[in-house]
Amino acid sequence: MEENITTQYTPADFKNGSPVRWCPGCGDHAILNSLHKAMAAVGVAPHNTAVISGIGCSSRLPYYMGTYGFHTIHGRSAAIATGFKLANPEMTVWQVSGDGDGLAIGGNHFIHAVRRNVDINMLLLNNKIYGLTKGQYSPTSDRGFVSKTSPYGTTEDPFIPAELAFGARGTFFARAIDVELQVSQEVLAAAARHKGASVVEILQNCMIYNNGIHNFITDRETRPDRTIHLVHGEKMIFGKDKNRGIVQDGFGLKAVTIGVDGWTIDDVLVHDAHTPSNFLHQQLAMMDGHELPLAIGVIRDVEAPVYNEDVDRQVEEVKAAHGFDSLRSMILAGETWEVK
Amino acid sequence: MLDKANVIDTDKVVVRFSGDSGDGMQLVGNIFTNVSAGIGNQVSTFPDYPAEIRAPQGSLGGVSGFQVSIGNDVHTPGDLCDVLIAMNAAALKANARNLRQPGGVAIVDIDSFKDSDLKKAEYTTDDPFKELGLNAQVLEVPVTTLTKAALADSGLDNKSMLKCRNIFCLGLVCWLFDRPLEAAVNFLRKKFAKKPAIFAANEKVIHAGYDYGHNIHAGVSTYRIESEAARPGVYTDINGNTATAWGLIMASEKSGRPLFLGSYPITPATDILQELAKRKDLGVKACQMEDEIAGVCSAIGASFAGNLAVTSTSGPGLALKSEGIGLAVMAELPLVVIDVQRGGPSTGLPTKTEQTDLMQALYGRNGESPVAVVAPASPTDCFTMAFEASRIAIEHMTPVILLSDAFIGNGSSAWRIPDADEYPAIKPNYVPDDLAGSWKPYDRNDDQVRYWAIPGTPGLAHRIGGLEKDFVTGAISTSPENHERMVMVRREKIERIANNIPALEAIEPQGADTILVGWGGTYGHLRTAATELTAEGTPMAFAQLRYINPLPANTREILGRYKRVIVAELNTGMMADYLQAKFPELKIERINKIQGQPFKVSEVKDAVKAILSK
Ligand SMILES: Cc1ncc(C[n+]2csc(CCOP(=O)(O)OP(=O)(O)O)c2C)c(N)n1
Ligand code: SF4
Ligand SMILES: [Mg+2]
Repeated sequence: MEENITTQYTPADFKNGSPVRWCPGCGDHAILNSLHKAMAAVGVAPHNTAVISGIGCSSRLPYYMGTYGFHTIHGRSAAIATGFKLANPEMTVWQVSGDGDGLAIGGNHFIHAVRRNVDINMLLLNNKIYGLTKGQYSPTSDRGFVSKTSPYGTTEDPFIPAELAFGARGTFFARAIDVELQVSQEVLAAAARHKGASVVEILQNCMIYNNGIHNFITDRETRPDRTIHLVHGEKMIFGKDKNRGIVQDGFGLKAVTIGVDGWTIDDVLVHDAHTPSNFLHQQLAMMDGHELPLAIGVIRDVEAPVYNEDVDRQVEEVKAAHGFDSLRSMILAGETWEVK
Repeated sequence: MLDKANVIDTDKVVVRFSGDSGDGMQLVGNIFTNVSAGIGNQVSTFPDYPAEIRAPQGSLGGVSGFQVSIGNDVHTPGDLCDVLIAMNAAALKANARNLRQPGGVAIVDIDSFKDSDLKKAEYTTDDPFKELGLNAQVLEVPVTTLTKAALADSGLDNKSMLKCRNIFCLGLVCWLFDRPLEAAVNFLRKKFAKKPAIFAANEKVIHAGYDYGHNIHAGVSTYRIESEAARPGVYTDINGNTATAWGLIMASEKSGRPLFLGSYPITPATDILQELAKRKDLGVKACQMEDEIAGVCSAIGASFAGNLAVTSTSGPGLALKSEGIGLAVMAELPLVVIDVQRGGPSTGLPTKTEQTDLMQALYGRNGESPVAVVAPASPTDCFTMAFEASRIAIEHMTPVILLSDAFIGNGSSAWRIPDADEYPAIKPNYVPDDLAGSWKPYDRNDDQVRYWAIPGTPGLAHRIGGLEKDFVTGAISTSPENHERMVMVRREKIERIANNIPALEAIEPQGADTILVGWGGTYGHLRTAATELTAEGTPMAFAQLRYINPLPANTREILGRYKRVIVAELNTGMMADYLQAKFPELKIERINKIQGQPFKVSEVKDAVKAILSK
């Protein structure tokens, strides 16, 4: 709500002081920090904020918040958050899932919340493993991944969360890396400001059961060359020396080095997160750090009708049109007869 | 074949309209019911839909029926009908066993008894009446011919003319029962307000049907129904599912909490979602979610957010909601779960009635997971019990399961529209002001009820969830002693609801040493059976359990007065087992039926007599 937006809060206002129980070094610590900071920056009061999660290590997050919080059941938090937002639209609602919680058992609720474009912020803490249950593969684990339940490697392909979100007609998708606090805060705040379902995938390291799973991307040395931070309205430039760029290549994208093979800065694409078509957004989101750098930042952020707002609008419209002031007046307007 | 003209004076009569599912039997049944209720008769109806939505025309699978009982002391739609309207050969065949024989009247459209019709209805001879061994007056009316004749110069095409056949029969039945035609015409006028040509045709045809009856007066019995004056007030016709929806709205008005429904379509509960979807005009938010799990979960979210939150379903959906209900038990949030029971297990008999979800409601969750369970007795009682379920949920911070069923959900009766002040205020257990500052999320009042802190309130931000909580601090706890304490507290909270519900009231005639006990939608049949047994010289007490968990505090005392307790139910004995476990000292006998059909009064009486003579 606009009138709640102030800058009077500090990250401490969103903490509650209880000891944080994730393993030391778990990526969730950094994400929690970023969230506290993003909430302070957005400025919605703690008592007007709700954090609703499912089950998993990541879903413990509400216990570390100074807001309203609900740690629910495995996979269902998107549905619970949807009902919460409809019932109490003044609240800013954050929904937190792991990759198993959100995309396996909760996959159906995930796509439908995105499709409805209900105004909630959906965090997907993706460690490509089931952490809480101690190391089984998840729907985001790569083909061939060896885990306790795939001792010979998986024989199935993973979901790419962005692709699923776009398939469900998502209006907001952003990606961040747990240890990149700056980008995390930026995308979390952007998610909060976006009206509708905002999906934020955060690559999270599970120290214990999947340590280093994102190293190819997140390694300090290679990160500048394997990731690109997309910012709306800015050129798609990346690389240690800031001399690489993304250009259009037929129907696809290509990474080039500026000044080589005749490529100039003018050829490099400018990011437009607000364009309604998701065609380019999809291609950007599918970049995986190999041929093309993995995109972080806000990839897509477009306006579309918001489910809970339309429900509220319709309620007001039919209330005014029918003019009933109580159940009784509604019933009396129907077919009745009087016995004297 | 026909008796000579006579007028039967009666205080109760049962009429059944039957035909192809496209013949408009539900419409004429409804109009006839409303007209009867409008002149002061008590009414009870039951629509009998075909299992297949588009079965071939004229086949047995496509027969649709609507039965209504009208008159005095009417509690059921009746066992057997006095008058059967059969629009074709299949309808007669499917319904002959529902006709009182001898003594009943069958009115058939003889135009739909041609060889091809008989074949489609799987008759094996060319004399359908003989083949069925019908021992009743049969009035063979060329309904199709007469309808077309009445509309000869209406300009309607053949198909549209045939659609008016049902209204011809309505006219005829109005004559038979001396119903005012003008009232029926008024209903038609409203129904076809946007199609004046169709209204004009139907108006013509209803008169043709009425006049036909008048002219063949010599042919058949007519009825004069004596009925006691009903309680003064404004009435409407209401079915159980609509009553359930409206009871929830009343609870929302009386509690000041907005109403939220999260649901997923399923027969026979869908009407509740559909009705509440219309009631956006009263501020209701009814959301069709992606599945039953999302239905209950969105409701749980709405409950945490501070709404009167409800989910509606039938047995298969209740199974899917189990884990969610367990969360509401653990988080101690108000939640109303409506199960309009149908035949099971699995997809079972989707359109038929049964009482087989009692154990699922009581025990169908993991862990020690007690919830309140209530069951309405009749279509109109659905209003009261939906209100009660909401009241208990809100005042005791617990899930409450309301066990309705297909019979009362679809059945209807005349209902006096209550004033809001006939229902008590519902008092949410908000965090008291004097606890502000020190309040913890699992603090409780004297009835062990957790306080409800509505999100958005400054100073009350808190975290709850499905993990076990410390009794004092509300923080996550794995302490063994604390867990046992919390299990016992949640249990005690449910038991204490008994202090906040009405006592059990039984009908206890002098000299009765046996009590007939029922629950849910069998009320009308069981009560009528007990009354008739008493009148016939076998004094029979009767008790209806509308509150099942917890039972009213005086249940043991009342049942304990009787040498024999007979529990009659549409399952293999779930309530009997439940009562026997609670009250081992009682001698409990059972009457059970699992055919997807309601009891018949006569079969209950026979079964009671069989038990008494053991
Ligand atoms: C109905 C149900 N099924 C299974 C579980 C067990 N379970 C708890 S968390 C989890 C997976 C967690 O993985 P993820 O969602 O990726 O979260 P992470 O722990 O990795 O953060 C499973 C299978 C459960 N709690 N409930
Ligand atoms: S198991 Fe992995 S995901 Fe869970 S807390 Fe430990 S490091 Fe984090
Ligand atoms: Mg995970």
